[in-house]
Amino acid sequence: MSNELLKVENLEVQFKSGSTVTKAVNGVSFTLNRKENIGIVGESGSGKSVTATSLLRLIPTPPGNISGGKILFEGKDLLTLSDKEMRDIRGNDISMIFQDPLTSLNPVFSVGDQIMESIKLHQKVSKKEAKQKAIQMLQLVGIPAPEKRLNMYPHEFSGGMRQRVMIAIALSCNPKLLIADEPTTALDVTVQAQILELMKKLQDEFNTSIIMITHDLGVVWEICHKVLVMYAGNVIEYGTVEEIHDQPMHPYTWGLLDSQITESVEDHEMLTTIPGSPPDLRQEIKGCPFAPRCSYARDICFSKAPEMVEVKEKHFVACHFQTKETRLNRKERSTHVRAVVKS
Amino acid sequence: MAESQAILQTTDVVETNERSLFRKLIRNRFAAFGLFIMLLLILTAIFAPVIATHSPDKMNVTKTLLGIGAEGHLLGTDNYGRDIFSRLVYGARISILVGLGAVLFGAVIGSLLGVIAGYFGGKFDSIIMRIMDGLSAFPFILLAITLMSVLGQGLMNVIIAIGIGNIPGFARVVRGQVLSVKQSEYIEVTRSLGAKHSRIIFHHILPNSIAPLIVYATMSIAGAIISEASLSFLGLGVQPPTASWGSMLQDGKNFLVLNPHMATIPGLAILITVVGINLFGDGLRDALDPKMKV
Amino acid sequence: MGKYILGRILNMIPTLLIVAIIIFLITRMLPGNPAAVMLGPQASAAEIEALTEKLGLNDPLYIQFFDYIGNLLQGDLGNSLTYNMPIIDLIMERFPNTVILAASALLIAIIVGVPAGIIAARKQNSIFDYAFTTFSLMGVSMPIFWLGIMLVLFFSVNLGWFPATGMGSMDEGIGNFISHLILPSIALATIPTAQFARITRSSMLEVISQDYVKTARSKGLHEFFVICKHAFKNALTPLLTVLGLQISSMLGGAVLTETIFSWPGIGLLIIDAIGKRDFVVVQNMVIFIALIYVVVNLLVDISYKVVNPRIKYGKGGTN
Repeated sequence: MSNELLKVENLEVQFKSGSTVTKAVNGVSFTLNRKENIGIVGESGSGKSVTATSLLRLIPTPPGNISGGKILFEGKDLLTLSDKEMRDIRGNDISMIFQDPLTSLNPVFSVGDQIMESIKLHQKVSKKEAKQKAIQMLQLVGIPAPEKRLNMYPHEFSGGMRQRVMIAIALSCNPKLLIADEPTTALDVTVQAQILELMKKLQDEFNTSIIMITHDLGVVWEICHKVLVMYAGNVIEYGTVEEIHDQPMHPYTWGLLDSQITESVEDHEMLTTIPGSPPDLRQEIKGCPFAPRCSYARDICFSKAPEMVEVKEKHFVACHFQTKETRLNRKERSTHVRAVVKS
Repeated sequence: MAESQAILQTTDVVETNERSLFRKLIRNRFAAFGLFIMLLLILTAIFAPVIATHSPDKMNVTKTLLGIGAEGHLLGTDNYGRDIFSRLVYGARISILVGLGAVLFGAVIGSLLGVIAGYFGGKFDSIIMRIMDGLSAFPFILLAITLMSVLGQGLMNVIIAIGIGNIPGFARVVRGQVLSVKQSEYIEVTRSLGAKHSRIIFHHILPNSIAPLIVYATMSIAGAIISEASLSFLGLGVQPPTASWGSMLQDGKNFLVLNPHMATIPGLAILITVVGINLFGDGLRDALDPKMKV
Repeated sequence: MGKYILGRILNMIPTLLIVAIIIFLITRMLPGNPAAVMLGPQASAAEIEALTEKLGLNDPLYIQFFDYIGNLLQGDLGNSLTYNMPIIDLIMERFPNTVILAASALLIAIIVGVPAGIIAARKQNSIFDYAFTTFSLMGVSMPIFWLGIMLVLFFSVNLGWFPATGMGSMDEGIGNFISHLILPSIALATIPTAQFARITRSSMLEVISQDYVKTARSKGLHEFFVICKHAFKNALTPLLTVLGLQISSMLGGAVLTETIFSWPGIGLLIIDAIGKRDFVVVQNMVIFIALIYVVVNLLVDISYKVVNPRIKYGKGGTN
């Protein structure tokens, strides 16, 4: 068995509406090994969620369309599978959890039914066995009195509890890969930590790889081995967590790091923002997509798109000034720091 | 000077609002089509004597059941030799009169009851709404039929019978609006300033309920026109020989073999009219507030 | 839940009482002596007087009213003079026919309307969706008595496929029975079909893009189940409301459809009774229909709970 679980090559996703085409994902590539976790980071609209959803071929088609690339899962290209074969993979080999646990569980079915549905779909088990398995899953994700909880409906659960249920559903068939699309964003800070802890624990138990979609680099440092930084549908930096954490290279990554909330400052938290907003993906972008917001940008950035270069081992960056030969000196943080008073 | 300018400005605002509403309606091709049909119907009703080629009630026993276009009769004649086209044109008058009259009747009484129920609440509310429940506890058409069987045939009675059936719907719509407006802060402010009930109702609450009321009324006109045709079809509508699309259908029903268009044409007229009004009503709702639930 | 149902049943009583009052007032609005009207112009003064006495019309209005309510409460609907039988028997004879027609029309409406609405929602803005919108708009705007006549013209007069009027007897075989049932069922089904389709489409459009639908897909569920199980059950509440309204209005006697096709149900009975000026029958039929209305309403309200576990029934209602 090869150690490589997933290899994405040059993935392109477009959305068509009338005559305008939005290039939501523009040539994303990465590899993920077994038991390895990767974080996909970026602002909203960077294409990270679309990338994740495309892996399971779940983007709404039309208007969405995977227009190019390969998604090799255990060597098979998912894009060439039939609908039936794809359904056998969903929820079984690859499962997904979503951002908002309040809306991602179906309100009119009991929690037990929703867990058992997955189990019965992918495993040849009796109804009774499915129920046992569901109870066991609820227990695993830390829901007390699972036998009783099984017959309750999502609205009788708190947000954190519901996300635990989603995790139970996702892991109920021992998937090899779990795609988590901002699983903690909608939760309270304390609950966030609990859910992350739970995911880490269960990953060890289930030997599952995780793709963690997030805009929160803190989450990435916590559980990921690799990081993919996306901007405007493009990967702009990719490497191991150690590399990106210790030596981030792309100016956009610097911006992302600076805009993390520093916990040490209490009342007057310093929050940096990257000035400007992401480009309109409906238009053809010439040059580096980040150039208009980049304080280091020069003429070349606006005319020529930078190539992805392996600047160091296991560290790729797409920036004209970050190559094997050249290095950019990171300016002081204060250049674009704005004070935000936390209310 | 300053004052007149202020007035000018406010009228400006109103005008642009109305203009944009109208523009929205026109841009919506379906609503524009609906509006066109409604205008056509109204013009036909107004100019019926000019448009009609014959007297609608004049019988001619020598020229019964003529086909389309025969002997100067655009749509032929019926079993009494009356000109079908002219009866159709005059029938539009009945449809319009009943449609508007019955809805106005229902809207005025229903809104009044709805305002009282919603504004004063408590006992008023429960008594009025119970009566409304009672009135709508059987099919709309059945209420109209029962009323007509007691009142007897005639245009005014048709308007009253259908109008009564329209009361509960308007009462509910207006009551709902009143309840939601009543809670808003500015009404409370107005009340705390010592405004009278009547002033609050007529100057603040009713104007705010006008949009859903108009949409609901438009939709109700379509229902009233169908109800009138149904009653006339059952022989419980306008007094014969007055031409109504429903009574024309009833006459035509007996000559399906000999002269099928006698029944086909008035039915088509009803269908097109109702489709037109519904299209316009949908468009109006979308233009005023797409989220409106009427 | 039990408490809630009991409360609702108690709540039905005032509504029915108000219906009784309304109907009582309407029939007493009749100008002249109802007995004379019922007996027609040939009746002698003695006959009229006898009937007036028998109907209790000589008593003051409030005595008449309390007699009438008293009888109603005992379940005594009185006798019909024109039909020469107790009204309750008349209803029992005709109501099953109305139920048959209503059930058949309802079946058509659900089988056609609901899937059409689901497909239109799935293929929003496709050619199917536009055709759907046109047809459903025409459906809800249809004067059904005209549609009935057109069906007769086309399928009975021109093609001779189905009989134009009447109800087939089971004794003459199921084929005969069904061939009589088809045209009136189609006519009666038209408006409900269009309404179900429209409401299904709009409520499906609201739920189809929800996250839980995406979750269902991510489980590997077939698209058919994603739509028909996960999405549809969430879209059911508005459909149920319309369904309830349509059931009660069809059971309340499809007056027009039954008249056109001479279908011997309670709708035709009412029109008949009006023709015979038998207001005792009319009065009691309307109350019977109101009873059906409130019962169906109650059943619909209860079914909301089955469909949607989030609905809680007010005061003290445990579920």
